[in-house]
Amino acid sequence: MDEQLFTVAVFSENQVGLLNQISIIFTRRCLNIESLSVSPSSIEGIHKFIITCYSNRPMMERVVQQIEKRIDVLKAYLYTDEEIVYQEVALYKVPTRRLLDDKNVEEIIRSHNARILEITREYVVIEKTGHTEETEALFQELKKYDILQFVRSGRVAVTKDTKEHLSIYLTEQNMRKYNSL
Amino acid sequence: MSEKISGADALMQSLIAEGVNLVFGYPGGSIMPVYDKLYDYQDRLRHILVRHEQGATHAAQGYARVTGRPGVVIVTSGPAATNVITGIGDALMDSTPMVVITGQVATPFLGFDAFQETDVVGVTQPLTKWSYQIRRAEDVSWAVARAFYIASSGRPGPVVLDFTKDAQVGMTEFSHKKCEYIRSYQPVPEIDEKAIDSAAALINEAKRPMILSGHGVMIANAEKELARFAETADIPVAATLLGLSTMPSDHPLYKGMLGMHGNIGPNINTNQADLLIAIGMRFDDRVTGNVKTYAPNAKIVHIDIDSSEFNKNIPVDVALHGDARTVLQHLIPKVKNAKHTEWLETFNRPDEVEYEKVVKREVYPESGRMNMGEVVNKVSEATGHDAIVVTDVGQNQMFSARYFRYTKPRSMVTSGGLGTMGFGLPAAIGAKMGEPSRTVCLFVGDGGLQMTIQELGTILEYGTNVKIILLNNNFLGNVRQWQSLFFNDRFSQTPLINPDFVALAEAYGIKAENVETREQLDGAIKRMLEHNATYLLNVNIDETDMIFPMIPAGGDVDNIMLNATEFYKS
Repeated sequence: MDEQLFTVAVFSENQVGLLNQISIIFTRRCLNIESLSVSPSSIEGIHKFIITCYSNRPMMERVVQQIEKRIDVLKAYLYTDEEIVYQEVALYKVPTRRLLDDKNVEEIIRSHNARILEITREYVVIEKTGHTEETEALFQELKKYDILQFVRSGRVAVTKDTKEHLSIYLTEQNMRKYNSL
Repeated sequence: MSEKISGADALMQSLIAEGVNLVFGYPGGSIMPVYDKLYDYQDRLRHILVRHEQGATHAAQGYARVTGRPGVVIVTSGPAATNVITGIGDALMDSTPMVVITGQVATPFLGFDAFQETDVVGVTQPLTKWSYQIRRAEDVSWAVARAFYIASSGRPGPVVLDFTKDAQVGMTEFSHKKCEYIRSYQPVPEIDEKAIDSAAALINEAKRPMILSGHGVMIANAEKELARFAETADIPVAATLLGLSTMPSDHPLYKGMLGMHGNIGPNINTNQADLLIAIGMRFDDRVTGNVKTYAPNAKIVHIDIDSSEFNKNIPVDVALHGDARTVLQHLIPKVKNAKHTEWLETFNRPDEVEYEKVVKREVYPESGRMNMGEVVNKVSEATGHDAIVVTDVGQNQMFSARYFRYTKPRSMVTSGGLGTMGFGLPAAIGAKMGEPSRTVCLFVGDGGLQMTIQELGTILEYGTNVKIILLNNNFLGNVRQWQSLFFNDRFSQTPLINPDFVALAEAYGIKAENVETREQLDGAIKRMLEHNATYLLNVNIDETDMIFPMIPAGGDVDNIMLNATEFYKS
């Protein structure tokens, strides 16, 4: 079956131990989490996990169902890259001397739309936001200057719809609460 | 302002408010404040002191399975918490409501490898519906209410409350309010009428429909609806292992058990059917065999309370999300009266072959040593097919499933999904405590009995009346069978040198007798059932006896072994 990169967005109550509950669902199915970011969502008190993972659709649909089954998970959604706007940020630390010796520094920073965050006598920290291929391209280019440190964040993503999908769910849940009381 | 009480007291009062009157447990260091408080509540909360924490969980499961109410377990921290893991895992697999309260070291010691500290929440998260650590006395009532709501609603399952010692002794105001709503949890799905219509259309068009009745029917108390549905549309019913007793064994539409050691008719007809209506079952591999060749001619209507079961193992044509009872209540008015006489007749020949080739030899042998099947059949007959049967795991379980017959629902308690040897004895104790007016018969092997045999002490202490039929072949029989069939008779680590089980039972004050020959069997069963307390029969079983028919693991459901050398031919 065709493997591709999927993005799972999980909305949960703010409870201890949820990350573990979610991650073991991947582990048990021998799935590697490619990237992960956890942050508050646009709705107060609700946390949002963005997880990326290479797999096939039937497997990922099962994973999403298993995640939703966890009591404190409100809702989980499965997206492909076309359905979302996403971004990552990468930091590169390179030796200052090596960088200054080269005449192409300006060209590299400019063409990659990167920026310099800090310069010391020993090192320079460069920041680049973009898709993985873009941060990876800069990484390849900076390699010749001996990268001292490199880090890439997990993916952050929003959908291309106007509303947070979760809001609809929350409205339904409030109705359910109202009806049950 | 009400008077303040301790967290341990709040636990007692919350349990009582949730309708609990029986708990299974074992005390220890980190749960002592709770046991101290229990001393004051003995008149309202009966505590059964088991002999090992694993026994407490299986007893709670037995109780839960026959009553439908959550079984409650109280144990201490550390090794006690790890000892209950097997039962928790078993309860998750078999959708059994259970609330397990573990003691925990005081909050300031958490994470410092304190004496008898285990990361209980971390360890139990993959095996529970919900696992929560109570760190403050004021959270006790909230957590208990939530635990009972989660354990018993939706698809039932185990919940763990890890109760720190400082929360047990901390003081709090108390008022208990039942939990009826959790924003992130929707146990009662809305019925999709369009899906009901689609399902009804498939059912009304089907020429060869079959119902697969699972544990979900029992959990939802949908036995009457199941019968009405089957009778209206004249559809044969097959049961999964945990679905046994959802329909009386002698109902004309009941065609037997599905799966590896199920009946031939429903298994081969799975691949002949043009429609399968699966109710509260999850297409376990022991039922489906090879999923690639499973039910090639059938559309699938799947009724389940747990939407994550849809398309998990088998692709579904119509998914009906809801509990079995509610869905059937919506479905039945839309189902037309039908007759499927010809289709129903196709179950006859496989039944005849099964009787000739398997049942006759197993249940009505004329010579040789005793078989498990004949013992199960005789006990079933002697109880008027009216008893609750509890099994352990292995051949004893499969023979019980095949040859015990049922007239009432909730009459079969067995470890299905996890297949836990040692489940039987404690589960039988719990089942008897849940249904004291019914006869409880435990079929257990010599291997499984010795995994939790310490619970004979629990029987001794509480005088629980359980009929223990030890099907003793001095072998780990099911493994032996596989070794014989698939591993060239190399009986690696399966023969057992056993103790004198009768002497052992007698040491616990339990009346017991050896049944060496067929001639002794009827009399022994009679004495066992007439005795007004626990009774153990140590039945001498032929170790070469094997459980058939058999669909080898991963094989096709219509490729069925009748014995070691012969396959069923349609």
